[in-house]
Amino acid sequence: MVIGCGRTGSAVARGLADGGWDVTAVDESEDALQRLGPRWRGGFVVGHGMDVAMLERAGVADADAAVVSTGGDNTNIVIGQVLHRRYEIDHVAIRVLDPARAKFFADRGLHTVCPTQTAISVLLESVQASAPQSAQASP
Amino acid sequence: MYVVVAGGGKVGSNVTRSLLEMRHEITLIEQRPDRFARLEEEFGPVVMRGDATEISVLERAGIARPPELLLAVTGDDEDNLVISQIGKEGYGVPKAIARVNDPRNQQHFDLLGIKQTFCATTNILGLVEHEVPEHGLVRLLELQQEGLEIVEVQIEKNSRVAGKRVGGLSLPSGSRLISVFRHGRTELVEPGTVLRPGDQVLAVVSNDSALDLRRVLLGAPK
Repeated sequence: MVIGCGRTGSAVARGLADGGWDVTAVDESEDALQRLGPRWRGGFVVGHGMDVAMLERAGVADADAAVVSTGGDNTNIVIGQVLHRRYEIDHVAIRVLDPARAKFFADRGLHTVCPTQTAISVLLESVQASAPQSAQASP
Repeated sequence: MYVVVAGGGKVGSNVTRSLLEMRHEITLIEQRPDRFARLEEEFGPVVMRGDATEISVLERAGIARPPELLLAVTGDDEDNLVISQIGKEGYGVPKAIARVNDPRNQQHFDLLGIKQTFCATTNILGLVEHEVPEHGLVRLLELQQEGLEIVEVQIEKNSRVAGKRVGGLSLPSGSRLISVFRHGRTELVEPGTVLRPGDQVLAVVSNDSALDLRRVLLGAPK
């Protein structure tokens, strides 16, 4: 299941489907279906990820893995915990943009993924790798 | 007592005012600039501007002291849940009370261990039920931690227990009749008490047996 079908969620859903997964995508807006492309053969359900009746209609009970990637960090954190604890989905990847919150909930056993932290690390490394020898050596 | 209040809407601002009058120490966190400006005018340095779901903002509000009480009363249930979790799990806040805006989200608060919640909609529905006696069963008080509810049942004319002794009823396990209110007087229920049409019976029931009790006292729900 992929909850939140924006730029990230839709690309993840398509990637998983291409990789042979049986994917159902969920989004609040019907327009999100377009992001999945004309060849989309997976499931698509319109609804809010906090709505358990919708999750159950979408087949949450049978899910082996989930990606939670709506536009809101706190929404993702709550939905991710619901999927993990209530529906006992073993692998739930939760997108959290705020590095501090991502770490806080990672320390408590959630699998949070923080694109901001990744960007920070990559940008830092790219600049540091290009720096002259003297700049790297200075404290 | 030190209290952190997250969210300066109607609930947060009124609670802050009352707690300040009771001479408690408060920090009120509000994110929206327009609201913050109004609150600051009234409460001065008690108000802090920021997103209370951000750990650095909570730390500036003194979450690490920790406060005796954390009130998560924003208009967003996910935010209230995350604020409560950060306070309780991360900083050992002994007591967090969270506002539930959408009663359908109550189950998520329960699941994530946020035991003390309040929901205006649920409270109002309870009051409405109280005003509609035909409904048969009114939930007066829910003791969430104890898993008990105090309910009121009105015995009707065609009720199958009318005219019967309480001692002879087979009530659902985990329920007790407490008192009977009739003709303006309350009597404590004893095994010999006879139920009559028009009686308002107070009962304590465990977890989900309220509807079972209703079935015994009134017959199957309409």
